[in-house]
Amino acid sequence: MGEFRVHRVRFFNYVPSGIRCVAYNNQSNKLAVSRIDGTVEIYNLSANYFQEKFFPGHESRTTEALCWAKGQRLFSGGLNGEIIEYDLQALNIKYSMDAFGGPIWSMTASPSGSQLLIGCEDGSVKLFQITSDRIQFERNFDRQKSRILSLSWHPSGTHIAAGSIDYISVFDVKSGSATHKMIVDRRYMGVSKRKCIIWGVAFLSDGTVISVDSVGKVQFWDSATGTLIKSHLIANADVQSIAVSDQEDSFVVGTAEGTVFHFQLVSVTSNSKEKQWVRTKPFQYHTHDVRAVAHSPTALISGGTDTHLVIRPLMEKVEVKNYDAALRKITFPHRCLISCSKKKQLLLFQFAHHLELWRLGATGATGKNGDILPLSKNADHLLQLKKKGPENIICSCISPCGSWIAYSTASRFFLYRLSYEHDNISLQRVPKMPAFLHAALQILFSEDSTRLFVASPQGSLHIIQLSEGHFKHLHTFQPQSGTVEAMCLLAVSPDGNWLAASGTSAGVHIYSLKQLKPHCTVPAYNFPVTALAIAPNTNNLVVAHSDQQVFEYSIPDKQYTEWSRTIQKHGFHHLWLQRDTPITHISFHPKRPMHILLHDAYMFCIIDKSLPLPNDRTLLYNPASLMNESDIRRRTAHAFKISKKYKPLLFMELLDERTLVAVERPLDDIIAQLPPPIKKKKFGT
Amino acid sequence: MAALEEEFTLSGVPLGSGPDGLLGVEQSDKTDQFLVTDSGRTVILYKVSDQKPLGSWSVKQGQVITCPAVCNFQTGEYIVVHDNKVLRIWNNEDVNLDKVFKATLSADVYRIHSVQGSEPLVLFRSGAVRGLEALLAEPQQKIETVISNDEMIKWTKVFMIVKHPVLIFITEKHGNYFVYVHMFHSHTLSKYTLLHGQEEKSVIQNFTASVHRKFISLVTLTSGRRIYETLIPTHPKDPETSQVLVRTLLLKAAVSGDARNGVAVSILDHDHIAVLGTLPSTTKECLSVWNIKFQTLQASKELPQGTSHQLWYYGENLFMLHGKFLTVIPYKCEVSSLAGALGKLKHSQDPDTHAVPHFVNWETPQEYELESWNSETSKRILRTRNIEMNLQPAISASKQLLLAIKNDTEKHIEVELRKFLAIKQTPDFHTIIGDIITGLLGRCKAEPSFYPRNCLMQLIQTHVLSYSLCPDLMGVALEKTDVQLLQLCLQQFPDIPESITCTCLQLFLSIDDNSLHEADINTESVFDYSSTIQDEKMEEATEIIENGFKPEEDNYSNCGKELKEKPLKTTEETTSSPVTPKRAALLNAVLHSAYSEAFLVPHLKDIPAQHTTLFLRYLHFLYLKCSANAPMTLPGVHPPTLNQIMDWICLLLDANFTVVVMIPEAKRLLISLYKFVKAQISVYSELNKIEVSFRELQKLNQEKNNTELYSIEVLELI
Repeated sequence: MGEFRVHRVRFFNYVPSGIRCVAYNNQSNKLAVSRIDGTVEIYNLSANYFQEKFFPGHESRTTEALCWAKGQRLFSGGLNGEIIEYDLQALNIKYSMDAFGGPIWSMTASPSGSQLLIGCEDGSVKLFQITSDRIQFERNFDRQKSRILSLSWHPSGTHIAAGSIDYISVFDVKSGSATHKMIVDRRYMGVSKRKCIIWGVAFLSDGTVISVDSVGKVQFWDSATGTLIKSHLIANADVQSIAVSDQEDSFVVGTAEGTVFHFQLVSVTSNSKEKQWVRTKPFQYHTHDVRAVAHSPTALISGGTDTHLVIRPLMEKVEVKNYDAALRKITFPHRCLISCSKKKQLLLFQFAHHLELWRLGATGATGKNGDILPLSKNADHLLQLKKKGPENIICSCISPCGSWIAYSTASRFFLYRLSYEHDNISLQRVPKMPAFLHAALQILFSEDSTRLFVASPQGSLHIIQLSEGHFKHLHTFQPQSGTVEAMCLLAVSPDGNWLAASGTSAGVHIYSLKQLKPHCTVPAYNFPVTALAIAPNTNNLVVAHSDQQVFEYSIPDKQYTEWSRTIQKHGFHHLWLQRDTPITHISFHPKRPMHILLHDAYMFCIIDKSLPLPNDRTLLYNPASLMNESDIRRRTAHAFKISKKYKPLLFMELLDERTLVAVERPLDDIIAQLPPPIKKKKFGT
Repeated sequence: MAALEEEFTLSGVPLGSGPDGLLGVEQSDKTDQFLVTDSGRTVILYKVSDQKPLGSWSVKQGQVITCPAVCNFQTGEYIVVHDNKVLRIWNNEDVNLDKVFKATLSADVYRIHSVQGSEPLVLFRSGAVRGLEALLAEPQQKIETVISNDEMIKWTKVFMIVKHPVLIFITEKHGNYFVYVHMFHSHTLSKYTLLHGQEEKSVIQNFTASVHRKFISLVTLTSGRRIYETLIPTHPKDPETSQVLVRTLLLKAAVSGDARNGVAVSILDHDHIAVLGTLPSTTKECLSVWNIKFQTLQASKELPQGTSHQLWYYGENLFMLHGKFLTVIPYKCEVSSLAGALGKLKHSQDPDTHAVPHFVNWETPQEYELESWNSETSKRILRTRNIEMNLQPAISASKQLLLAIKNDTEKHIEVELRKFLAIKQTPDFHTIIGDIITGLLGRCKAEPSFYPRNCLMQLIQTHVLSYSLCPDLMGVALEKTDVQLLQLCLQQFPDIPESITCTCLQLFLSIDDNSLHEADINTESVFDYSSTIQDEKMEEATEIIENGFKPEEDNYSNCGKELKEKPLKTTEETTSSPVTPKRAALLNAVLHSAYSEAFLVPHLKDIPAQHTTLFLRYLHFLYLKCSANAPMTLPGVHPPTLNQIMDWICLLLDANFTVVVMIPEAKRLLISLYKFVKAQISVYSELNKIEVSFRELQKLNQEKNNTELYSIEVLELI
């Protein structure tokens, strides 16, 4: 199959941002996740948990509250005191609006979805009416003494519960006045703590209010009388989040110790009507604070400072033993953060606040499989490019020739020209970018680095001609009439004739760059596209979807290729379909047209289209023990050549015929950079 | 809650033609059949459940029945008196009262009393009392006068007190009431004066009485709407002198009793009284049931057609003349309890529909068996027997076994049991095993010599028994000091109460070695320690106690030095078990049993000091053995775990520390335990201190495994 020299790169010092909020939308089965740096990500739980959209963060905008309202509209509130609505089609911020209450700590939508309630630093609870395109302030509720950290609406919409510091208030929505004030016990194991912060409240339809607080308690209150019904001390540290299922028969809480507890409403004795809340299952999937939890009908979802999003299916709710029944731990974004200049052997790393340019090292030695070759030249850190302005970087790209770097934030587009003089490198920003180039969701250079393709949030694709320090706007493909769907993925054919662009849901559009007009559209598929690329010479478009299917589409013929049809008929190996990370990058071998290289976070694979396809009985992954020459006959020769040597794998690219570059990001390195978790005594407990 | 059920009338001829209503309603010898005597000339025998008369007898025209007919329970004959002096005795077959036995007495009869277990008693108007037999032997005998001429007997009743009849009658003279109590076994007659209490003017309208422990409780209803209770002692101290009785007020304003209408009262049970009369609120007559404990009206029923102001209460039925017909109102009373008042108590089912429990209650079926074998044939028992037979026709083997348990030899029972256990387990296997064990234990208790040890062992090994199924089993085994059986129980039963566990422990510690030697005890949980003594050195053991932590010698007290001075003795102590293997096996069974700390500690306090010390020494020995092994477990099959050992040491010390600390023999043990705890604490604190370093080491270790941040490798894809 081939021997490769692999540049194994571990210096991509990427640390995902901690999770601050999660919000589950039952209607669309989507999950919104906000991170500490203000990024908001949308995961489609139906599409194999694919992270299909994201909104970049902003320095001044930390999200403290996130909620879905009125169907599928997403709102967030943060410490800058603004309420933000996100445009899920164009992938930008629709508007932001100051709530005039200081930092916003909590936000909840009414059961009907037509009203939005926010809790502010100054102790005010503000009610907003959600209109068709904006939100409108309606009124204030009785002002409380201290900040409102949590809010919950009674399912009937008549009352709300608001968690503050040291007490919980119950408001009547009609009058806006507090009907009850339930004061929590500050004491923790007999010692009076300074303050007891109510991190979360949940209002059940029977009038019970469940609160979680900084003393480590989960408490049940009767909202009609304002009395404490039951109290569970579950942690030595804060209990920071709570989420109740729609049926109100179970709820989940997350603690600062990283534990997630599942509570269920179970009968006191079998077949008795009397039920009580029982702490049923503890889960310890996190090492740090669990800042946010959500309860989908079939799973418990939790996220926190340790940056993992954990989706733990409830086995009793899962009917079929399919892939949804497995535990998910999502750590890395489902998009590519790295681009590569093959010619100059450069890697461009994209961070939230800066870009890093590295040059790969070299070696003169050769070796056999598994050898680590001595380096004649180590990798160099050439450049660190800090972003301008408060917004985080959305996307970036380095041209194949290595002399152009482009990146974009939510409102500005930057293009730099790099010139190399021996070991010196000089960077020059290309000034006077045209007004229409103010933001990009995806940037791509053509193979010969003469053209720049920019996908803008409004759905249009700009083509820019590049020449020594100048640029010229060539053309803009406007989105098809009526659709404003943003394009997130771009691919250009190596001969420069074809451009493929894909949005989050609709099919892949193919444009002819010679004629500057749309060529065709690949038939739409149920699952979102995770990666796409156009093969050299044949101009076959290879598309990977989140359900792990891979299609090959011939652009000139406007139809699926024979191989694609064969593999669809034959079906993929079950182990291939069971992988839980999406394919994020596809590339091709310049000399071997039958090979397709693709990778996800835990494997990389070369598909040899000339070989027979594996069926479910054959081994998909050839075990490492069969590497010896003597075992060569026992190996099963099939089309999928898979290596799991590098993981977690964030980027894999073929630099030349015999050289690969693999960018790994070991989890331990990420953990080492996180703040230390709550110290637990290990000995003598 | 007391409740009156739907009334029904006994059809037949209209009654109550005379001015005084009915003369009486009396029980006959058959349940459910009552003799009703009209004040005219008729006696009718009613069967209440059928609501119809079974027979009717009349005296001749011109004759008048003066005393209600009663049934002689000893012979089943009926007795009636007409024209004050003429006694008639007949039975069911007789048709005409004229032709039956007749005896003419010398004095006027007031009433004939007949109660179960005694001959009928005849009370004369003069206050004299005769037994029927004696009277019939000589009908014309002279009847003495007991009461003065002006006195009139107002009311009378007879009770059986300790198998002897006691007759009580009340006379009135010028508005004063006197109570006479006639004891038959001692032939004494006591006279009491009934005091009026606060209400001087009130007229007593009705009486009723019941026996309550050593007193006859006489309840009187006065015209002042009040109900009083008077307690009359059944064993008067001085029967000769006239005594005074004081009454206490039970209930106020029960009925609006004016003298014209008259009222009647009847004691229903300990707490309930039925009163017939007009309620204050209404004008109509009504029957009301009062709870005298809580002073509440429990039930009432209006009787619009008027009554004769008479009330009888037998069994569960209240009889009264309502209009022209005899009306029966069934009365039910559940035991009053707070739970009942709150509605939490399930109302017990009607006795007829009450199903025999086949599960859960092990006692019940066994009782049935016993009674039926004793050929006690009451209807109720017969009925339940039938149900049993219908439902379980197939289990003849178990029946046979149960039969055998009653009176066969142990050997035979054992054979039968083996036969039964050989049969495949039936769905009601649990039930039958429960029955068998209850039967066996019942016999064990009854016959001290009977102890079917093998059977009990076999039954325990069926794995279906638990402590709560046969609470007596362990008690019996403890009595017989059957340690083997106790060991088996401790191993098998999941629900042994802590007190029993503790009693077992005490027995195991105190039983002498000789009797242990004979017992066949399963010692698989005990490893043969003797074999390891040779190859284990004392140094090794002590080093491991300290868990690798070498404390400074100066830190130790003098006691520690003392300990070191006798290293030889210590060696012996730590390397050889303080108890024999058999005893160790028994103690291990206790260690394995489940317990709750809070319940166990109080019982542990009862263990004598030397036994506590022995047990502690054994536990300490186990601990040393345990810590000598790398995985911290003991060898052998199912040995006690380290946690169990440590928990028991803690429990024992918790319970008995003040005692143990005073015993010189225990001193060394305590010191070594103290040293152990101290060492443990230091180890842990040290561990906590160096935890950070550990982590760094771990990190270093990881980094060593990792390659550098950048490398170029060769990969061959296959």
